[in-house]
Amino acid sequence: MSIDADHGLQPATAGSGLVDAEELARLRRRRAERIGQWVLPALVVILTIIAWDRIVVWGGIPHYILPRPGLVAATLVEDWPLLFESLLVTLQITLGALAIAVLGGVGLAVLFTQSRWIEMSFFPYAVILQVTPIVSIAPLIFIYVDSKIAGLLICAWIVAFFPILSNTTLGLNSADHNLRDLFKVYGATRWQRLRFLQLPSALPYFLGGLRIAGGLSLIGAVVAEYVAGTGGIGSGLAFRILEAGYRLNIPRMFAALLLIALTGIVIFASLSFLSHMLLRKWHESAIKRET
Amino acid sequence: MQPDLHPSDAPVGARPPLLAMQHVDKVFGRDVVALRDMDLEVGQGDFISLLGPSGCGKSTALRLIAGLSHPSSGSIRWARDRVDGDLSVVLQEPTLMPWATVAQNVFLPFRLQGRRFRAVRDEILEALKLVGLEKFQNAYPRELSGGMKMRVSIARALVTRPRLMLMDEPFAALDEITRFKLNNDILALREKIGCTVIFVTHSVFESVFLSDRIVVMAARPGRVIRELRVDEPYPRGEAFRTSAEYAAQCRAASEALKQAMGAHDEH
Repeated sequence: MSIDADHGLQPATAGSGLVDAEELARLRRRRAERIGQWVLPALVVILTIIAWDRIVVWGGIPHYILPRPGLVAATLVEDWPLLFESLLVTLQITLGALAIAVLGGVGLAVLFTQSRWIEMSFFPYAVILQVTPIVSIAPLIFIYVDSKIAGLLICAWIVAFFPILSNTTLGLNSADHNLRDLFKVYGATRWQRLRFLQLPSALPYFLGGLRIAGGLSLIGAVVAEYVAGTGGIGSGLAFRILEAGYRLNIPRMFAALLLIALTGIVIFASLSFLSHMLLRKWHESAIKRET
Repeated sequence: MQPDLHPSDAPVGARPPLLAMQHVDKVFGRDVVALRDMDLEVGQGDFISLLGPSGCGKSTALRLIAGLSHPSSGSIRWARDRVDGDLSVVLQEPTLMPWATVAQNVFLPFRLQGRRFRAVRDEILEALKLVGLEKFQNAYPRELSGGMKMRVSIARALVTRPRLMLMDEPFAALDEITRFKLNNDILALREKIGCTVIFVTHSVFESVFLSDRIVVMAARPGRVIRELRVDEPYPRGEAFRTSAEYAAQCRAASEALKQAMGAHDEH
């Protein structure tokens, strides 16, 4: 709340009977929006599930082509031990890759801002890694890297690190020029400038990159599993989908897919929450408009 | 740190020297002369306004004194060696760190000297008290009005008790009422801590009210064309603002400024 900008919002004379139609309409709209924000998506999901179910029943579609939603849920429960184990594997690769992406992305970004020469020399490679589709690099990686886990991690990392690198670089470079001058007048060292000026300035940019990277590392992990393709113990959800596809176990494909989608949503939501918590006190993006 | 000689201790010109600019030129790019042959003797306790139209090099001069860039030729020398905390700046924008509280922002000069917050907490609170913001030490900059942000910026500049404070049009973006108030406050603060001020402005009224020396500058190329004295003793208050003396000084400064505006030597 603004300390000296809130006069104007106080009731002129309480109970004066004055009503502003525009203001009332605005308040009504805002309340409706708040409710709609949750109710509408839920409604759409429910309607979709019902429509899906009806289409299967009325169309007489066999369950090995399109299972009913109920069957998918039942399969999820029935195959839970198997699917859960695979979920843990995929999650492990995803989070591992994300962690390395954060370390690598931020580390490289800091290196880039310390020296224009390093940035000019290496930024093109980062772009090349980013624009080359991971499916086309992954087979090579699995040829040269013996450990399957390491291969998966590398693939997921390649996909995830770029948004962190480019956003953090942008953030580190966008520190207020006047503040830079001020730091210079007060004789700040390079390290002090990085620690007290550039890193805090880059935080909102980094968090934006992190949210994108969270989703991308899941995609990277799944794609890499498809390419790696070896089965057995220690296989992730992507492999379960492939395997279930070979066996025409369509309900399990859906169940695994559902788990991947849910994982993505949970990752995105947690990173958004983290971002909100870190920025809520000072950054425009996290501050609710009052008027 | 001991405050330097108090402004009222000696008349302008008879004060011990603090800093001298000699034959300073500054060229941007290949041939844009931002400042030509500037001489300025700054005495301890002076309140100097650099007054002139835009492009006259007044901000460039300030940046040179601040050490943010270096003269193309000529020299800028401190009478005795400059140490940490001797110099502080207030810019046109409050230039606060949005992620830090008011107290943390004021702490910045000390932090960059490697000192701990706890060790200088008293100085920080004292500086905030001087600008009347001690109640807002835990607020974030976005919660403050423009005038309050500028006060934080001034508190940050005062906190190390600098010998020289450079102010680059600090109140230009504020409304008239806030500006008058801050003009009064800045004089009161200087009475208390007794530092030397170099103040860049394009307002005749502000320069006459605040300073005892007005250096009038002209543009293209940026250079000093005249220096005026304002002999009214400090402390100056509202009475000075409405006095005939003030009006006469403003007229003199306006005329010098007019001369500066007409004095381009085109090339």
